[in-house]
Amino acid sequence: MHSKKPFYILVALLFISGIAASVFRGIEHNVPFLPGKQVQSWAVDAKVSFQGIGEPAEVSFSLPNDPAFEVLVENASSPGYGLTISQDNQDQERRALWSVRSATGLQNLYYKVTLIPTGTTQVIAEQEPTAPKDFIWPATEKDAAEQVISKVWAKSATNLTFAQQLNKALNAAERTQNVELLLSSNTPTKLFLHMLHSKGVPAQEVSGLYLEDQRRRQQLSSFVEVYNDGEWILFDPSNGTQGRKDNLLLWDRSGKSTLDVTGGVNSQVNFSMLQDTRSALATSLDVMKNQGALDFSLYQLPLEEQSLFKGILLIPIGVLMVVFLRVIVGLKTSGTFMPVLIALAFIQTTLLTGLIGFILIVACGLMIRSYLSQLNLLLISRISAVIIVVIGIIGIFTLLSYKFGLSEGLTITFFPMIILAWTIERMSILWEEEGPKEVLLQGGGSLFVATLAYLAMSATWVQHWVFNFLGIHLVILAIVLLMGQYTGYRLLELRRFKPLAGDK
Amino acid sequence: MRFEFAMPSSLHKSGVLGMNKRNIDYIGRYNPRKFYKRVDDKLTTKQLAIANDIAVPALIGVVREQHEIEEIPAMVEGESGFVIKPSKGSGGKGILVITKVEGDRYFKPNGQEVTHSEIYRHVSNILSGLFSLGGAPDVGIVEGLIQFDPVFDGYSYEGVPDIRLIVYKGFPVMGMLRLSTAASDGKANLHQGAVGVGVDIGTGKGLHAVQFDTPVDLHPDTNKKLTDIQVPQWDFLLNTASKAYEMCEMGYLGTDMVLDKVKGPLLLELNARPGLAIQIANGRGILPYLNHVDSLGNHNMTVSKRVEYAKKHFSHNAES
Repeated sequence: MHSKKPFYILVALLFISGIAASVFRGIEHNVPFLPGKQVQSWAVDAKVSFQGIGEPAEVSFSLPNDPAFEVLVENASSPGYGLTISQDNQDQERRALWSVRSATGLQNLYYKVTLIPTGTTQVIAEQEPTAPKDFIWPATEKDAAEQVISKVWAKSATNLTFAQQLNKALNAAERTQNVELLLSSNTPTKLFLHMLHSKGVPAQEVSGLYLEDQRRRQQLSSFVEVYNDGEWILFDPSNGTQGRKDNLLLWDRSGKSTLDVTGGVNSQVNFSMLQDTRSALATSLDVMKNQGALDFSLYQLPLEEQSLFKGILLIPIGVLMVVFLRVIVGLKTSGTFMPVLIALAFIQTTLLTGLIGFILIVACGLMIRSYLSQLNLLLISRISAVIIVVIGIIGIFTLLSYKFGLSEGLTITFFPMIILAWTIERMSILWEEEGPKEVLLQGGGSLFVATLAYLAMSATWVQHWVFNFLGIHLVILAIVLLMGQYTGYRLLELRRFKPLAGDK
Repeated sequence: MRFEFAMPSSLHKSGVLGMNKRNIDYIGRYNPRKFYKRVDDKLTTKQLAIANDIAVPALIGVVREQHEIEEIPAMVEGESGFVIKPSKGSGGKGILVITKVEGDRYFKPNGQEVTHSEIYRHVSNILSGLFSLGGAPDVGIVEGLIQFDPVFDGYSYEGVPDIRLIVYKGFPVMGMLRLSTAASDGKANLHQGAVGVGVDIGTGKGLHAVQFDTPVDLHPDTNKKLTDIQVPQWDFLLNTASKAYEMCEMGYLGTDMVLDKVKGPLLLELNARPGLAIQIANGRGILPYLNHVDSLGNHNMTVSKRVEYAKKHFSHNAES
């Protein structure tokens, strides 16, 4: 007797890797654990317009770059313009560059993007930013600025607290005269930024867009990002708040201008946006496609093959049901896995139509088979005859239900005909040998198991899991292997052997 | 009563063997796959038994091809009756019993006539593998009719009573007498309604009887008290069953035997997957006996020593 240890290690490995693969799918690729889950997505349109002056024009426009939003689809429409989308790896900046040899009159360029929230609102700095250059204050502001800064500096301990205190001072209900003076000639954003820079605190101006459903002609707002311990913290100097709102999209984090136009005047950019809901699954598939993570997966198959696999991948569930019902419960089925095949047919026909269709076909088949049995045919040709007759019966039922307008009847063509023919043959022999009661019993038992298998296989979350989380099949394999080692009593044996219990 | 469930622990305490444990721990472990042909193919079993001096029902002929079916009437000429069975059949399926031959007219035990074309169709089905496991092509065996011993008169309805012994590693550990009833249509299979009578290994006396897994006292058709039965030639039966172990080398084996009026005990067939109803017929679990045999380790006992040992230790009175 060899050790069972390797077996249990194998089962544990299968189990763990199956679960791990599924969890990885769910978390890393954002494949939803439940079917029918929806996510919010945002469609944002940016319209860049300027007046051409009859000269070659170049429009450089920064594109959204925000870890809190994933770009699903983006496209730019700009007839007559050449377009490049460039990515600067250094500071992670993406820009669209439109160019045309000659632009005259009002020019409109459009950029459309579909975004989905990722849930990460932290902005991690790729590398430590270099210390900013000291800001040179104009003579008129120098004293006021230095007073304010030194006062705040004394009350702070870190870059972050300095920025917080500064933001508070600039937005206090009763501002000091110094602050009032400075704000009269500076925007809050610029002032905040300059004050941070003059103490060597890395900070940059960023622009963001508030996403609100069905808004049009929106503008970017400016914010300031302050570097602290590997992270960029967002401040809004115009109202003294810190941190970001969920509906804020950071459009441009380069600190450079959002829109640069050469060869045109009066340039401006307007945004309009729409909120939408879309399937979470389709969304994560699109994201995976963008990231090139689809290279070796079922999703890249043509749709027809995918739907074929959706059916095939349900078989392990049906098989698991049969193993469970036989090994643990102790039910008998006629033909080990015939109930699984019937259940697969039920998925196409729906349960009630399937049951009625199955019983009708088998009943008709039995009648015809009883005639065939009088002919003393060889078994092979008799079964072949039954197969042909079954096809005939299915054809007639389909035609009849079509004539009567019963669309459900049309689906009975999904029944596997060879299986039906064998069922009819077995039932017929059973009838001759053991009588109709046994036929009802065994046929009913098979249909019962098929129905249970169908219920397991048709649950939408089961269908969702077996196709989208392939790891689950390793778990099923592990369970089947384990059940193959189960030496305990079957459920129905507890009843069967009841007279033997507690005899001694 | 019928819808009550036992606690698994109480069944375990009573030593009841379950189907899964039987399949994995006994059949899977002690019945080597390569020897299955010796028990699954009744023709092979018969030839092996003859070679090992174990008495079996007379072999009249074997039908291997379609065209040989025509030869059956010639084969059975002069026989008072005969049995046609598939060589690889299971569960008593496909067995045709002819108890009366009048010229070229054949009659079943219930007096119904069987036409030639019915026989032809039946044998043709056997050859096509309708009754064999997995539908493999098969051969038909034509056997002499067993003239069953009148000692069981009144205990059996129409069919032949047979004696099932479970032989574990050569030791007969549990026995049962199977009696057909009207409900089982003359067949000796318990699931078809035959009565099972647990038989004491030490004495061959009836102990306890069941039909459809429910205890009974009297035969449902003849009303004879079942526990009064004493199986004759008990030692001979035990020896034959024990010998079958050397013959087929299966560790966990079911032997089916019948008592012929003239020839004495005959080995009918062997079973590598004997059912568990024998425990219900005996009113106790089989595991204590199997564990007892396991505790002996490698013993090198002869057939007669094993039978003596079994009689001494596995009798119901000798709390082993």
